[in-house]
Amino acid sequence: MSRARLVRAVPAVVAAALVATACGTADAPIGSNTEAGITIFNTEPENPLVPGNTTEVGGSRVLDPLFTGLVEYRAEDAQPVNAMAESIDTTDSKVFTVKVKQGWQFHDGSPVTAKSFVDAWNWTAYGPNATQGASFFSQIEGFDAVHPDDPDGADGPQEAPAPTAETLSGLEVVDDHTFTITLSEPFAVFPVTIGYEVFAPLPEAFFKDRKAFEETPIGNGPFKYVSRAVGTDIKLTRYDDYKGNDKPKFKDLTLKVYQSRESAYADLVSNNLDFMEELPPNALAGRQYETDLGERVVQRETLNNQTIAFPFYLKPYDNVDLRRAISMSINREEITQRIFEGSRKPADGWVHPLMKGYQAGQCGEYCTFNPDKAKAAFAKSGYTGEIVLLSNTDGGHQEWAEAVVNSIKNTLGVEARFVPSTSFGEFRQKVNGHEMTGMYRAGWIADYPSIENWLTPLFRTGASSNDGLYSNPAFDAKLAEADKAPSEEAAIKLYLEAERMLADDLPSIPLWTQNTIAGKSDRLKVAKLDPFRTLDLNSVEVA
Amino acid sequence: MGRYVLRRLLQMVPVFVGTTFLIYALVWAVPGDPFEGKCGERDCPDAYVAMMRDRFNLDDPLLLQYWKYLVNLVQGDFGVTSSGVQVVDRIVTAFPVTLKLALVALLIEAVIGITAGVVSGLRNRGFLDSLVLVSTLFLISIPVFVTGYVVQLVFGLQLGWIAPTVTTPSFGNLIVPGFVLASLSMAYVARLSRASIAENRRADYVRTALAKGLPTRRVVGVHLLRNSLIPVITFLGTDLGAFLGGAIVTEGIFNVPGVGGLVFRSILTKDGAMVTGVVTVLVLVYLLMTLLVDLLYAVLDPRIRYD
Repeated sequence: MSRARLVRAVPAVVAAALVATACGTADAPIGSNTEAGITIFNTEPENPLVPGNTTEVGGSRVLDPLFTGLVEYRAEDAQPVNAMAESIDTTDSKVFTVKVKQGWQFHDGSPVTAKSFVDAWNWTAYGPNATQGASFFSQIEGFDAVHPDDPDGADGPQEAPAPTAETLSGLEVVDDHTFTITLSEPFAVFPVTIGYEVFAPLPEAFFKDRKAFEETPIGNGPFKYVSRAVGTDIKLTRYDDYKGNDKPKFKDLTLKVYQSRESAYADLVSNNLDFMEELPPNALAGRQYETDLGERVVQRETLNNQTIAFPFYLKPYDNVDLRRAISMSINREEITQRIFEGSRKPADGWVHPLMKGYQAGQCGEYCTFNPDKAKAAFAKSGYTGEIVLLSNTDGGHQEWAEAVVNSIKNTLGVEARFVPSTSFGEFRQKVNGHEMTGMYRAGWIADYPSIENWLTPLFRTGASSNDGLYSNPAFDAKLAEADKAPSEEAAIKLYLEAERMLADDLPSIPLWTQNTIAGKSDRLKVAKLDPFRTLDLNSVEVA
Repeated sequence: MGRYVLRRLLQMVPVFVGTTFLIYALVWAVPGDPFEGKCGERDCPDAYVAMMRDRFNLDDPLLLQYWKYLVNLVQGDFGVTSSGVQVVDRIVTAFPVTLKLALVALLIEAVIGITAGVVSGLRNRGFLDSLVLVSTLFLISIPVFVTGYVVQLVFGLQLGWIAPTVTTPSFGNLIVPGFVLASLSMAYVARLSRASIAENRRADYVRTALAKGLPTRRVVGVHLLRNSLIPVITFLGTDLGAFLGGAIVTEGIFNVPGVGGLVFRSILTKDGAMVTGVVTVLVLVYLLMTLLVDLLYAVLDPRIRYD
């Protein structure tokens, strides 16, 4: 009740507050209110609230504050730091010994032990549980036994064979607070991957009564679950016995489900909503948000990029000279300035600049606008037909796609055409089915902050997101060598060598990296975005 | 009367089966992968897709799928969404909100619309009549989403008189969205009752009533209004049915967690169980609404009889 009253009381203050910021006379609030509650934007979770079974954003926003994994990613630079892990040691990048911190508890009072992790991971990986996060465990030894592949895919008539084991043979509990992870192949950056919430521990209560857990999730994170009104909001509150370093500086967190981004934005502008990431198109158009929000705009570079991918199964896009010609004929500087007004940065490689080990200019001259060289490469390719770019248009892609096509057309003097497709779902289905009729828009959002994540899933032969069917044995070999490197530093060096090999082949054209634009209310003294496009709750201070 | 109602209720059965089948078939026929977006930016794992296909019987032939759905439905089981929430629970939370919004809108449109219609119908060609004609023309020509955004921008954001969105869906908070939702129909109601009143004013029974020496208030309030309201009631009845079907635009602008947004988002995320469930309820509501309107005729006009 008090929450509802609080919200309704706000509009009266709005007018005054807006005037104050406009004049620049808003005085700094004294200290921060650690007992305050905040309301942030959310979408309705698409799945039951179990960490291993939720990979979409509406559910993740709820589960992230509820759980703390072995490592968490630092908000400033996305680097993994030990959270629940005391240490993660390895000598050969194949067997990892994990020591879990002592004295931590789940919100129901049961202790967090090595077993909480091992049981949770086994449950998520087990095929018949059909979780969304199962594939994240595929590098652990014994995954094939607990999660056999469906021989003809999900759509085929055959059913997946029954698993021959119930637990991963690569996971072993040593004592209450120690366990070992054995991978099927050495993988140097494995410790970086486990900060994702599918690796969260689960309490005994989950295995006893899953239904009850889905209704009242019990985590070990800085916030505990209070209540949920399906379709309206989910309420969390600070867990006062939390042992971690990321203790929140406010008390209650309400994740409010909005019917539309536009209505959420109206609430944000009038200070009825405290934080919203990714503003709606009507706010971004003509930089309206700057007028509406002023100093309340929160902006940072986040871990996602935009590329043009090639279908290697379709002529003429398997022609390397043509790919080079196209890449060199796109004026990235001008498009990012004109269309995105500087909110995107031209990319010079496949690895994101925020990544540890990033090296500038990996794509070299092929990602630089150069009309003369582009024309020369085009002539060398011997292709004279039409160039087609496909994209869905429901995510605001129309403007830049047309600009790219025009850039190609003007530079190469060739017929180039943009073919829109209205829904993302339909577009992705065609991409997955290898039915593209031209080059197409692609983007990547890092699963975990490692240089490896920008290369392996996208370009290794047969990898999960290698939709264009690119294949380069030398590149694959280099990745395999990097995976086996004894240390992260050595691995990074080898991954960079692999990235450089992509420059010759251009399996996709890096276009630009993105900034995420968010907004906060006047009440929040501090609110920062993390590199994964969400609010860094640990940074929030309420005035 | 009883037999008429029974016959109408029986007629609902084939309509009900037909519409639910159509909706069921259409929802799953929409192009695109029904599991797209369920797993965030990545594709769903095979095991997950296989389980979901199994849960929603997607591997069966369409007729068999529908039959299984219908059997459950008749037993009161609307099924579960992919997020593991009972469809019934969502309907039970969303429907009262929409019902409140619909009632608020209906009340606004009936009170303001009929009053304006009666006033202008009685003062043919006077100043008030012209005012009503011009203002209703204005309202009819503006789409609801324009009214909605303008009201939200001006009164919510610029003047700060109202909260720009609905925080809790109580009757008081729903007045503004209700007004926006009703604005278009209000204009129609005003024009409809104006025409009806103006026509009936010269009817024989009105002249008789006046000749009997009844006071004008009674002539207008009882004799004239009751007869003139029949077309208006028809309109209001179907309008209430339409409001109950959800007002996607108004709900979206003012963040009202009602049926419209629920159906809209369920269609986008291809949550077939949810769409079919909600629409099934809507079909029932609409059928009952039209029956109610037909029965109201008999109450208003004794000349109309069923049986």
